[in-house]
Amino acid sequence: MTTVEETILSPIGKEGVGPNEFGYYGKFGGAYIPEMLHPNVEQLKTRYLEIMAEPSFQKEYQELLRDYVGRPTPLFFAQRLSKQFNSKIYLKREDLCHTGAHKINNTIGQILLAQKLGKKRIIAETGAGQHGVATATVCALKGMECVVYMGEVDIERQAPNVARMKMLGATVVPAKSGSRTLKDATNEAIRAWINEPVHTHYIIGSVVGPHPYPDMVARFQSVISEEMRWQLKEKTGAELPNQVVACVGGGSNAAGAFYHFINEPAVRLIAVEAAGHGINSGMSAATTQLGRAGVLHGSKSLVMQTEDGQVIEPHSISAGLDYPGIGPMHAHLFDCGRGTFLSVTDEDSLTAAFELAKLEGIIPALESAHAFSALKQMDLKEDDVTIVCLSGRGDKDLATYMRSMEQAPALKGV
Amino acid sequence: MTKIEELFKQKQQKVLNVYCTAGFPKLESTMEVMKALQDNGADLIELGMPYSDPLADGEVIQQSGAVALQNGMTISILFNQLEEMRPTIHVPVILMGYMNPVIQYGFENFCRKAAEVGIDGLILPDLPMYEYETEYREILERHQLNLIFLVTPETKDERLKRIDELSTGFLYAVSSSSTTGNNKDISEQEGYFKKLSDMNLTNPILVGFGIKDRETFEVACKYTNGAIIGSAYIKALGNGKDVNTATRDFLQTII
Ligand SMILES: Cc1ncc(COP(=O)(O)O)c(C=O)c1O
Repeated sequence: MTTVEETILSPIGKEGVGPNEFGYYGKFGGAYIPEMLHPNVEQLKTRYLEIMAEPSFQKEYQELLRDYVGRPTPLFFAQRLSKQFNSKIYLKREDLCHTGAHKINNTIGQILLAQKLGKKRIIAETGAGQHGVATATVCALKGMECVVYMGEVDIERQAPNVARMKMLGATVVPAKSGSRTLKDATNEAIRAWINEPVHTHYIIGSVVGPHPYPDMVARFQSVISEEMRWQLKEKTGAELPNQVVACVGGGSNAAGAFYHFINEPAVRLIAVEAAGHGINSGMSAATTQLGRAGVLHGSKSLVMQTEDGQVIEPHSISAGLDYPGIGPMHAHLFDCGRGTFLSVTDEDSLTAAFELAKLEGIIPALESAHAFSALKQMDLKEDDVTIVCLSGRGDKDLATYMRSMEQAPALKGV
Repeated sequence: MTKIEELFKQKQQKVLNVYCTAGFPKLESTMEVMKALQDNGADLIELGMPYSDPLADGEVIQQSGAVALQNGMTISILFNQLEEMRPTIHVPVILMGYMNPVIQYGFENFCRKAAEVGIDGLILPDLPMYEYETEYREILERHQLNLIFLVTPETKDERLKRIDELSTGFLYAVSSSSTTGNNKDISEQEGYFKKLSDMNLTNPILVGFGIKDRETFEVACKYTNGAIIGSAYIKALGNGKDVNTATRDFLQTII
């Protein structure tokens, strides 16, 4: 085991939490890409930090976060939820971002970066459609061509988001290879980038992919924990919470929620994966529990796979957590013990979604509902301050919620 | 010296390397396909190990890999099939695949086993230079396996020279920015092939991606040592004829 201090401290900024120059967080990361992608990835690698530090970039990024995304998002003290757990629970309201999830923090950043790189065309992958919508949105904002790859299966189960992307002017291309879900949409996006590398920028939707994507996306999402810190101080006078809880698909909302706390050992970082039908059911997406070190989508990380190294199709009720990998930063947090990884089943996440709706008047995304359900697995003390990252709102999951109310009417009254 | 290096000592022009997928069209087809390729004029065989997520491959090779996986192909089964490859197959054989299955098998184990059955080199398109130099080079050299790197028209000269220094056996020049089996017009790339030839690189050069018939083969060979055919052959194999007939008929349209 490597210690956090050895490998995770960024050489770049004191508060930064980045990989080493080759993109490694401990054993995980790197850029395992075919030569066809080298020029693009190399250009990003050499330019992203410099561009992100430019005053003109920062000015526009901050203005858009404020005036377009609606940041800062509130830190909300959830009184009735707190009472239920006899503890203090705050919600970071990423669900109030424009387009309904944290995903847009990243797409705003990357579209500005793409412009600085002189790119004319944007491609993206999407699972639930949240990242696809967030990408289509910023492309409309900037007048750029947008092509989103989405698994054929996901296109069927996320119809409203497909319609939103189309209305925003994006082309949605069905990924027909493999299992026709997020993993395959990502493959198709990468292949499309190989086939048209020069004028195209690929906006990856989570802290996955070859270096520098995991670091770049984490930095764009780090605004979440940056705000948490000053908001908590303003509200309570406390510098730090006892714990921060976030769900993990690829891990971008968790990376953003953890970022400014990683070097604060007093803060527990709790990542919640999707257990699907249960860890050992063969229908799960709990990568840290089921995965082994391997290479997927350009980086070395934990990957759910067969003994022979074929990537397994995961399962989660939530399309955004339905991914057989995890960002290399999270693999490292798991490996060195800095992060605590819990998992929540489909059924428990549904229950938590209905509970939150009744208790606080907030309908969460199914992804975020996993984070809420995990509170029940934690030993919360009366004086503990916990921040849960409410990564998105539940509009996109309404069909699932409606079905579950029909199938289990008891949920309505939880 | 590996068989690949020997081959290029004897033949510098119109070297034909043909790609096939292990376990395609049937699980037991691997040896039969390789034998047919050798008998019908292939100078070199590139044997693809099927993978669930082949990033650099277009539809045709993806499909053949999916069929092979359905047939039950694994690296262990492949090595069993290859136990008796030598001496029946006397042309050089390269294993092509992605890093993940190789890492799961164990890189060192993989190389030992490959060398044991008589494999001459590897193509691992998602193995980065940095990891190769720091972690894997020594293992490959110990087992006397060539490692063939890819270069593309977008690879800058300085990097190209560096890759040429690291690559052994030959250099795999991707004809244009694309996945395998593309329809981009290869004749537009003549300037690129000429440039490669003018650079006086250490390694022989084989051109791959988009070579599908005699015409494209000739264009590729004009300035380089030869070419690699993949998707076009896989397509031919999938058209219902028996392996021998399909291979003979296909290679007759090339050489
Ligand atoms: C609301 C919401 N939360 C979480 C996720 C999971 O992604 P990540 O782990 O990158 O935050 C998604 C992905 O679609 C999402 O839409």
